[in-house]
Amino acid sequence: MTAHTTGVPLRAKPRNRPISEARGTRTRSALRFWPQYVSIAPFYLLFVVFGAFPIVFSIVISFTDWDGMGRMTFVGLKQYQYLLGDARFWQSVSNTFIIWIISTIPMLFIALVVAFLLHQNIRLKSFYRVALFIPNVTSMVAIALVFGSVFSDQFGLANAFLKWIGGSNAGVAWLTDPWGIKITIALMVIWRFTGYNAIIYLAGLQAISSEIYDSARVDGAGTWRIFSRITIPMLRPVILFTVITSTIGGLSLFTEPQVLLGNTGGTNNAGSTIVLYQYYQAFQNFDFGYGSAIAWALFVLVLLFAIINWRLVSGRKEDEFGRALPGPIGRWRQRNTAKKEAGR
Amino acid sequence: MTAMAPAVGSAEAIRRFNSHDGKTARRRRLVTRIVTHACIWVGVLLSLFPFYWLFAMSTQTTAQIFGFPVDFFPSNQLWINIRGVLSNIDLLGALRNSFIVSGSLALLVMFFDSLAAFTFAKFEFPGKTVLFRILLVTFLVPGSLSLVPSFVLMSRLGWVGGLQALIIPGAANAFGIFLLRQFCETSLPNELIESARVDGAGFFRTYWSIGLPMLRGGVAFLGIFTFIGSWNDYVWPLVILVNPNVQTLQPALAQLNTMYSTNYGWVMAGALISVLPLIAIFIIGSRHFIANIAAGAVKG
Repeated sequence: MTAHTTGVPLRAKPRNRPISEARGTRTRSALRFWPQYVSIAPFYLLFVVFGAFPIVFSIVISFTDWDGMGRMTFVGLKQYQYLLGDARFWQSVSNTFIIWIISTIPMLFIALVVAFLLHQNIRLKSFYRVALFIPNVTSMVAIALVFGSVFSDQFGLANAFLKWIGGSNAGVAWLTDPWGIKITIALMVIWRFTGYNAIIYLAGLQAISSEIYDSARVDGAGTWRIFSRITIPMLRPVILFTVITSTIGGLSLFTEPQVLLGNTGGTNNAGSTIVLYQYYQAFQNFDFGYGSAIAWALFVLVLLFAIINWRLVSGRKEDEFGRALPGPIGRWRQRNTAKKEAGR
Repeated sequence: MTAMAPAVGSAEAIRRFNSHDGKTARRRRLVTRIVTHACIWVGVLLSLFPFYWLFAMSTQTTAQIFGFPVDFFPSNQLWINIRGVLSNIDLLGALRNSFIVSGSLALLVMFFDSLAAFTFAKFEFPGKTVLFRILLVTFLVPGSLSLVPSFVLMSRLGWVGGLQALIIPGAANAFGIFLLRQFCETSLPNELIESARVDGAGFFRTYWSIGLPMLRGGVAFLGIFTFIGSWNDYVWPLVILVNPNVQTLQPALAQLNTMYSTNYGWVMAGALISVLPLIAIFIIGSRHFIANIAAGAVKG
């Protein structure tokens, strides 16, 4: 291989040539970059075959009635019509959202508190980080089995504890009561991801320079003011990151309810999530058409969230020094202050 | 607080620190520190308790596990439980399959992602911007969307039940390329690549003897990350590994749970076997791993 194939850096294109000649040069110069194309090709090839094609194909499947083996019957929008009236689908949607809310909000709040505690200059910090992070790398199947025994209706540790505190009548039917089921699943999510989010917040806190704090303190700002006016705004992108990842994770919850409660999602399907319902319809009932329709409904939900997230993110731009420029809310605030000052 | 608080280290601050005021302040700091550690320890104990409980249960008989009052301490049934599991279900075979799948997937991802990231970070070529944007968009595609069609595709390819169905589709991914591109930009100086070019090294040569060694930190992280993710993957192997004799660890464990749900000691011993290798790998690479996870989130 000769040096010219490396092609760094791309020189400015000559602009004043006839179009036909320029086109010929472009093809030839594109060929010159074959090592670059070869090196990025695996990802795109795999994506086309195992990513894009299945997605397009799943649209087709969702318009059919098919068990995966026999004849595919085209049924048009019937699967989607059925979906809109399917109480179990909507129950799965609401289950997913309830579990997402009762897990994400406490989880991110606790993670923020833990990050602040770790941010003090304390000993044992690296041990704490590892100990808090370990849940995140543990297989959910094994942990669901442990939680299943801890929260078992009759003999579980959780109920033994409640009885010890509140007398022999205390105790919750964790794995049969609709709320007990949701709380148990949410607790598993919280257990697994609080440390992970705390570590991320901690990194965000460490990225804020101590000079900013010092100068705020010199200016007479108290702890709460520093927290609400400096720490939180500067953590905003990091918080956004954790919200996005928890949303994606929360909407695709599967392992916890499946291992804990089985394919139907437990008593009265109280623990059936969207992905679990999709799995149940496609791979237990072998209703591939309906399973694909459910997958597309989930995709629409994820897309809605992605758009909301994207709007929040794109509000944040950086100036040439890499400092965050104010987002839409910040700009609105700036305008307001400007107006106030003008009125003064 | 007044605007006249003394600056840290100033004579005024030192005088106050040494005076009676300083003593109470020191005492208050001590209390704060104790409270801080106590709060964190609550979190640490909650994080680690399920592991202890898993271990304790795997050393007990089922009667002990569900006995009342609850038995907090390990018993002596560990070997009996482990032998019981291994003689009734091929957990060691599943363990081997998990090592094959996760190990080869990690190696493939490390190679393909670092090569692509190196290219995207350090070279200009026509269509680069568009191609990178496409790569970012693929992030948004949720994996669960293609569960059904992927299964159909695998059955057309004849891969249903085979381990390659767990390896090939994920051999290069957008996340790793994106991540390693960040690494390239910070830890791989352009001058180095330029000088390699001047010395007559071709593209792949430059990647192999300059790019890859300089990126080894990021590549190692991606390898561990991929290994752990693949090891813990549950839904895809559950769908695709239709042959009960060819399983990876997670579906095998779930199978153990449904088949022997009355023998909880066995189930827990199986869970313990599935968790231990991963924890060992994580603890070996933990410091590096955690730092990278955090850095990725803050930069990204």
